[in-house]
Amino acid sequence: MKNLIDIKDLNVEEIEELIKVAKDIIQNKEKYSHKCDGKKLATLFFEPSTRTRLSFEAAMMDLGGNVLGFSSASSSSTAKGESVADTIRTVGCYVDIIAMRHPKEGAPLVAAEKSVVPIINAGDGGHNHPTQTLTDLLTIKCEKGRLEDLTIGLCGDLKFGRTVHSLITAMSRYKNIKFVLISPDELKIPEYLKEDVLEKNNIEFIETKDIEEYMDKLDILYMTRVQKERFFNEEDYIRLKDYYILNKEKLEKAKKDLCIMHPLPRVNEISIDVDDDPRAAYFRQVEYGKYIRMALILKMLEVK
Amino acid sequence: MNIDSIKNGIVIDHIKAKKGMEIYEALNLQELECSVAIITNAKSKKMGRKDIIKIDKSIDIDLDILGYIDPDITINIVKDDKLIKKFHVTKPEKIVNIVKCQNPRCITSVEKELDQVFILTDKEKQIYRCKYCEGRSFNP
Ligand SMILES: [Zn+2]
Repeated sequence: MKNLIDIKDLNVEEIEELIKVAKDIIQNKEKYSHKCDGKKLATLFFEPSTRTRLSFEAAMMDLGGNVLGFSSASSSSTAKGESVADTIRTVGCYVDIIAMRHPKEGAPLVAAEKSVVPIINAGDGGHNHPTQTLTDLLTIKCEKGRLEDLTIGLCGDLKFGRTVHSLITAMSRYKNIKFVLISPDELKIPEYLKEDVLEKNNIEFIETKDIEEYMDKLDILYMTRVQKERFFNEEDYIRLKDYYILNKEKLEKAKKDLCIMHPLPRVNEISIDVDDDPRAAYFRQVEYGKYIRMALILKMLEVK
Repeated sequence: MNIDSIKNGIVIDHIKAKKGMEIYEALNLQELECSVAIITNAKSKKMGRKDIIKIDKSIDIDLDILGYIDPDITINIVKDDKLIKKFHVTKPEKIVNIVKCQNPRCITSVEKELDQVFILTDKEKQIYRCKYCEGRSFNP
């Protein structure tokens, strides 16, 4: 695998392999701490995303490698009007692998076409964010022990939430998956996802506005944030942002082994009284994110 | 030029009625120095009404554009008054610099030197998507 631009670039076996390596890293951290000695990762963040950037940088450091890069377009040569292709060609002279985030959709693919070193898409606008999806898959595998036979509730912004779209696409490849799609009418999943992914693969799904209606059926509850930057209209954002807030009370009927996930950062979608509940997996999810990125860097650098 | 016959050239037949002008423009036929005839609303047994374009010269035409705009078109190549080749166009797998991505969040909206590449992602529904942002092309 030369680049990771879209989660669809990886087949089920490759994902399985990454998860296997990530789980081994969790168990044997020491064994991996010098795997990337002398290697460099560039984190090129044309728009800020501190969490994702730190996760990549921590992953490379835990493998013994070094990191360099920039954290916003204003501190990079883009501010002077340089093209993505030129930036990538330049940085490719210094490093072994690049993790790139860009506000424009498709920018990492442009980079991949010109790059001599592997490119990891660390998010391109509202389009793809494959390492988030890998993080989610590792979280599910570690928390539930399986990627099959799951009823997954997705709640919040299902229309613009790329995390949700990628997760639905990725999970649709596993056996006996059911989805409960919880959102206001304005933020339902797009038609193409229903047609091209859910219906095409004969996946059972229910759409509801009520977060509690199917709570007792869920194995996973994936909460999302309504992101302001996805809206063109401020009024819509204000009206919809507080539609769902998960708290202790709403979890009353939930299964004992429910796994509550969130891609973070949260605003107020999950009340802090849920944080101490052992079912709250969202902070562990952050940690899984680092391990899966470590596994990915190893795979892309072909380090054994 | 006689509308009915050309000696050496191309007849683009079975164009959906009223689409002739769009194809004329897409192929840049106004740039040609030879005669070009557009016949609109011609009677057709198969289609009821159709458009036809006759070009009085053997030129290279971009079959991808034709396939993208109207895959039911028939191309006739005429040489020395004889029909030497007749074929249908097909929906191309990939079109380059024929349509522009309309997504304002797409990288092609800011980096103008990039090619506008669309890929046929759904053959059944004939859906083209931008290679970069996966946004749909507007239906031709
Ligand atoms: Zn595009």
